[in-house]
Amino acid sequence: MVGEVKKLISIQDLLKNVLKDNIISIEQNKGYLDVLVSTDKLVDSAKKLKDSGFDHVKSVTAVDYIGKKQFKITYHISSYLNEELSKYIIGLSTVINRDNPHVPSLSKIWVSAEFQEREVYEFFGIVFDDHPDLRLLLLTPVIAALKPLRKDYVVKEESDDIEADYIAYNTNKWW
Amino acid sequence: MEASSSGIPHLPGMEISELSKNTYEVYIGPAHPGSGHMRIIVEVDGDIMVRVDPDIGFVHRTMEKLAEGRDWIKNIPLFERMAILDACNITLPYVEAVEKLLGTEPPERARYLRTLLCEINRIASHLYGTGIFGVFLGHSTLYMWAFGDREVFVDLAEQMSGARLTHSYPVFGGVRRDIPDDFPEGARKATRYMRNRLNEYAKIFLNNPNIRSRLENVGVMSKNLATELGIVGPNLRASGVRYDVRLNDPYEAYGDLEFEIPVFEEGDSLARAWARIEEMRQSLNIIDKVVDWLEKHPRENFMHEKFWKTAPKLYKDVYTGQIEYAGKYRIKLMPLFASLKVPPGKAFARVEAGRGEMVYYVESDGKDVPYRVRVVSPSFRNVIAFKYLMPGHRLMDLPAIYGSFDYFPPEWDR
Amino acid sequence: MNMSKNEEKGNGEEKGRVFIGDLDTVAEMAKKTLLKGTIGKMVDWANAFSLWPVHLMTSCCGCEIGAAWGPRFDNERYGSLPWVSPRQTNLIIVEGTVTKKMACSVRITWDQMPYPKFAIAMGACSLDGGIFYNSYNIVRPWQVIPIDIYIPGCPPRPEAVSRSIIELQKLLRNKSIATNWLKEAKREDMKNIIPKEDLCGWRGEKVDINTRFT
Repeated sequence: MVGEVKKLISIQDLLKNVLKDNIISIEQNKGYLDVLVSTDKLVDSAKKLKDSGFDHVKSVTAVDYIGKKQFKITYHISSYLNEELSKYIIGLSTVINRDNPHVPSLSKIWVSAEFQEREVYEFFGIVFDDHPDLRLLLLTPVIAALKPLRKDYVVKEESDDIEADYIAYNTNKWW
Repeated sequence: MEASSSGIPHLPGMEISELSKNTYEVYIGPAHPGSGHMRIIVEVDGDIMVRVDPDIGFVHRTMEKLAEGRDWIKNIPLFERMAILDACNITLPYVEAVEKLLGTEPPERARYLRTLLCEINRIASHLYGTGIFGVFLGHSTLYMWAFGDREVFVDLAEQMSGARLTHSYPVFGGVRRDIPDDFPEGARKATRYMRNRLNEYAKIFLNNPNIRSRLENVGVMSKNLATELGIVGPNLRASGVRYDVRLNDPYEAYGDLEFEIPVFEEGDSLARAWARIEEMRQSLNIIDKVVDWLEKHPRENFMHEKFWKTAPKLYKDVYTGQIEYAGKYRIKLMPLFASLKVPPGKAFARVEAGRGEMVYYVESDGKDVPYRVRVVSPSFRNVIAFKYLMPGHRLMDLPAIYGSFDYFPPEWDR
Repeated sequence: MNMSKNEEKGNGEEKGRVFIGDLDTVAEMAKKTLLKGTIGKMVDWANAFSLWPVHLMTSCCGCEIGAAWGPRFDNERYGSLPWVSPRQTNLIIVEGTVTKKMACSVRITWDQMPYPKFAIAMGACSLDGGIFYNSYNIVRPWQVIPIDIYIPGCPPRPEAVSRSIIELQKLLRNKSIATNWLKEAKREDMKNIIPKEDLCGWRGEKVDINTRFT
C-alpha cells in the first residue's frame, strides 16, 4: 500500500509539471484520477498530455447535472506504449453550461475519440466544434430530436407511440 | 470531397485518395451473411474501396438509459445481454466498480471462481468468433467444428452457474454459488480434448493454402496506426503492442497466476486469427491451474460477510452440507441486494473481455438506482478501424478484414 | 400424336373429354381434382420439410440460432437450411429485440420473400419487450410482420427452437396451408399487416444526396 501511495503522488506531480496552471482541481476517485480544466484550456492541456505519453482515449462521457444546470464531459485517457503510464487512467474533464452547450473537439489530437464524440452529440445535444464529421451515429433523426439521455426526457410507459415522436421531429429540427 | 479536405488527421502509413467521378455506392446491409447486424456503406471505384462508412445502431436497446431506472442488482442481467456469449467478462467491471464504491472486497475463493468462469467464457467467445469468420470466408467446416467444440465449454459453464449463456455469476461481494464436486474431472477432460483439437484447427484453417492466400497481407495495421486508433484486444496484440489488462493492471486472481501473452508482429488478418488460437491455448493452461487450486483449498466462504450473514437459512444449509445438494431446491438471493444503497462517488473499472478491454464508469448519488453508468465495449473501440483501414483494398477483402476483427454488433450498440 | 389430332379438331368443346393442348384450362381442372387426397398431402409434406430460414440476425438470440443449426442440436435433419437470399427462402426467424432501425430491414426482407411464407418470433423480447420493456427504441415484431409461432425464453434453448420448427410443420400439414395457397393464391388465415408509420423516420420523402448519411 505504501508503494502504491508513493506512485500515486508521483503521478500527481507529473500532471502538475505537465499542465502547470491549467488545472482547476485534481481529485482521486476510485480507479482514476480526475483532472478538471476550464473549457478554453482544454485543447492546450490535451496536446501537452499527448506529448508526455498518453496516446489514446478510452471513453468520452457526459453527465447531466440538472440541479446545477451543467454538463460535465470527461475523457478517460491512458497509454499503450509507455509501460509506466499504462497502469494509470486520467480523467480530463470540463464543465459547461446546460443551455447552448459547445465544447472544442479533441479528435484532431486523439483520433480514437472521433466516434465517441459523435455518440455524445446525438444523445445529449452537445455540439463539438471543429469535429471533422459530426453527424448521427446510432439513432434515427426522429429519436435523436428528443435528446434521449438527458435527465428531463422521461420515457413514456408504452414505447410504441410513434405519433408523439413525430411531433418532436417536426418542431425541433436541430441537427 | 469535403472529407479529405476538412481536416481528417493524416495518420502515418495511410493515404486518403480523392473521390473520382467513377464511384458508386454499395450498401452491404443487415440481411446479408457477410455483415452481421450492421450496415456498411462502401463507395467503390471499380473494385477498389474508396470510402467506408459503418452505419450502426440496428441493435441499439438503450441500456444506459434503462440502467438509470433500475436497482443496482437488476442491472447485472441487463448488461449481460450486450455480449451474451461472454457474460461473466461483461458484467465483471460493473460489479468491481460498485464494489469499490461499497468498500467490500470479495474473498479469495470468490476471486478464483470468477477467474475460472472468465477463462471458460473467453474460450467460448474466441471459438464463436472463429466460427463466424469461417462463415464469412465460406469455410463451413470451420463453422461446424467451432460450434461443436464450443458446446463443451458452454456445458462446463452450465454446470457452474446453471444457465447456458446468461450466467449472472458475479454479484456484489463474491459469486452466486460454488462449483459441484465432480467439476474438476470434467474440466480436465475438456482441456485435454481441446489441446489436441487446436492442432487440428491449425491444419484446416491457419495452414490451409486457400485461406492463407486470402488472409495474408490483407488489412495490415502497423503498430502506430493501432495505437492512434485505440484498437483493443487480440487485434492490438497481433500488431505488435504488448498490452493486456490482465498483465498491466491485474484484477481478480490474475496477479497470482503465470501465463503468457502471445504477440505477433505482422499485423495482417492471418496474424489476428493466429492470436486468437494462441490465446485459447494459454486460457487452457490457466483453467488447469485454477482448478487445481480450487480442489486443494477447502470450501469456505465465496461471498463477503456483509451479504452472507443475511442469507436465508436454506442457502446456508445447502452450502455447509447440512442438506444434500440434490439440485431440487429453489434458493433465493438475499433481500439485502434488492434494497442496496450505494454511498455516493465515482468509480472506474476495466477488464479484459474476450474481444478486448471493457470499461465501465459508474456514478452514484446515494440512492438505490445509479445516477449514470457509462459503458464502452471493445467492439465499439474497434469500429473506427473500418473507416481508416479498409480504403485501398478490393471489395472482396471486406469479409476477410471484417471477420478477422471479430465484431459483435449488439456489444457496440448496447 | 394424340395432341396433334386434338389440335386439328380445334378446342374440343365436347362434353366429357379432357382438354389437352390448352394449358390454362387443364391447370384449373387439375388443381380442383388432383390437389385433394394424396397429392395434396405430398405438397404439404414437401413444403414442411423444406422450411429454409433467411440469414437475418436481429439481436442477441442469434447465438442460439447459430448453435441450433450447429452440430449438437442439428436442425438440418428437419430439412431446414439457413440460406442467404430472401428470394429463395420461405421462413424468417425474428430473434430477439426489433429496434426501429432494424424493423425497416425486416419488413423489406419479408416483402421480398415468395409465398407461402412463415414467421417465427423468438425470445421474450418479441412477446412484450422482455428485459428491455419501457425503452424508447424498440417495436414489437407483430406490428411489422404477421407471425405464426412464438417461443418464450431469454434466450430460448436450442431444443426449443427445434420444437418450434416441428410445431410449424404440424401447423402446415394440418391446415394444408401450402395446398390452399396453390388453390386460392392467397393465404386466408393471415391478414396483411401495414406498419403504423414509416418506422425509420425517413417518411418516404426524397433524401438530399448531400445529407444522405444523416
